[in-house]
Amino acid sequence: MLEVQSLGKTYLGSTPHEAIRDISCSVTEGEFVALVGPSGCGKTTLLRCLSGLDSPTTGEVRVDGARVIEPVASMALVFQEYGRSLYPWLTVEQNMRLPLEAAGVSRSEIRERCDRALTDVGLQGMNDRHPWQLSGGMQQRVAIARAIAYRPRILLMDEPFASVDAQTREDLEDLMLDIRSRYDMTIVFVTHDIEESIYLSDRVIVLSQPPTTVAKVFPVNLPRERDQLGTKSLPEFIELRTAVHRAIRRDEDVTAGALAKA
Amino acid sequence: MRRLTSVAHRLLGLLVFAVLVAAWWLGSQNSLNPFYPPLEVITQHFRDNWLFERVPGDLVPSMWRLAVGYLIGVAAGAGLGMLIGVRPRLRRAVTPVIDFMRSLPPTALIPTAIVVIGIGSSGKVGLIALACVWPVLLNTVTAVANLDVIWSQTAKAYRISGWRYLRRVQLPGALPQILAGARAALAVALIMVVVTEMVGSTEGIGHFVIQAQRTFALADMWSGVLLIGLIGFAINALFVAVQRGLLRSHGPRGTTRS
Repeated sequence: MLEVQSLGKTYLGSTPHEAIRDISCSVTEGEFVALVGPSGCGKTTLLRCLSGLDSPTTGEVRVDGARVIEPVASMALVFQEYGRSLYPWLTVEQNMRLPLEAAGVSRSEIRERCDRALTDVGLQGMNDRHPWQLSGGMQQRVAIARAIAYRPRILLMDEPFASVDAQTREDLEDLMLDIRSRYDMTIVFVTHDIEESIYLSDRVIVLSQPPTTVAKVFPVNLPRERDQLGTKSLPEFIELRTAVHRAIRRDEDVTAGALAKA
Repeated sequence: MRRLTSVAHRLLGLLVFAVLVAAWWLGSQNSLNPFYPPLEVITQHFRDNWLFERVPGDLVPSMWRLAVGYLIGVAAGAGLGMLIGVRPRLRRAVTPVIDFMRSLPPTALIPTAIVVIGIGSSGKVGLIALACVWPVLLNTVTAVANLDVIWSQTAKAYRISGWRYLRRVQLPGALPQILAGARAALAVALIMVVVTEMVGSTEGIGHFVIQAQRTFALADMWSGVLLIGLIGFAINALFVAVQRGLLRSHGPRGTTRS
């Protein structure tokens, strides 16, 4: 349902910078795909191109066959900067309502969706708080609640848990698995954390150093039911973690070697 | 602890103020110099003039012009600023003009304005508004242009656009800085009220002060000056209260930024 065809992105300027060289991949309906790669590998750029916030220099992104040239109603994006992506002058509920009002959803349905989404992220009753009254982890939950109340068919997440503490992070990871089982959504999740990518997804796509290409793809054949301790100690999990790690490392070595030669 | 020191600071400020007033009162007590009448005499004249004999004839027209001119100026500055701020090319094109107009002391326009639009009340209101536009406009343009990119990107990703974006994201996002501009404009507005009335008017507080000076009613003149000072103090306090109310929902960051 989401197709990326030879996508490339070069930032023009006094010194043109080729961020992404050539990425092709497709995501099927209901799939949870994790994109991992070394920091600075253009993960965010790729996600911005997928969402329609940024346009690729070459290639294209299609959703259900239609080319994405600007943000579409069937996709929602959860930003890495969760705190700043919520409007401080609006309450939690107003933040969630704003996109729905813009989309012309009826009043009664807005209320229903907001209440349900807040319950699903464990923030029931927090409707009238302001973001600045909440902790970082709770703010990210609000950002997720806003996204699921929007009922996108595809949810894009840009390193959403990069700046929360470890305990909160595990909670939020499990929250994502829970939400995934409740809502019929396709999820594309960007992270630099290898364990997180395997724990959450059906498929891990490893990206290379910039100019970025797809380095390797790993299907995750773990049972759907996952839990932090059990799943992460499965031999398959550990094997996969090593393989993904190696794929990232090998790519870094290749780049380092090329640099040394030059 | 911090609360305590802030209370202490406020008390200290009041104390200094009281000491200075007392010094003025005692120092001027036996003054025979007609230019510096005793404060006691000034307060008597203040009572005679402003409680409340001259309020309808002089104070009300002044305050009315101040309020109308100021509000028109702030609304025009904020409205234009919202439109200019989001258009980088337009913003660059008009920035020199805004800078020039802001640097021009608005009082310098008064003689010209008298010739062009006359000395009627609407002319004064227009001049006050014109003077108030620039600080608000400049602050609004800057605020809108420097709005957090994540705010605008979030809006874009969720397809919030047009009027809804303007009203729900752009205006509240820029509000702290718009209000900073509005506060600067408040001082300008008071200056403009007083000066326009001094130059061409038959009523108003500025006219009262200049008329008292010309007829050597110096205690009356002083009472007018005192009143203008009190008005300035009061409208500033009112402004701070309104500002605090408007920015309450912005949280601690929003309030301290302005």
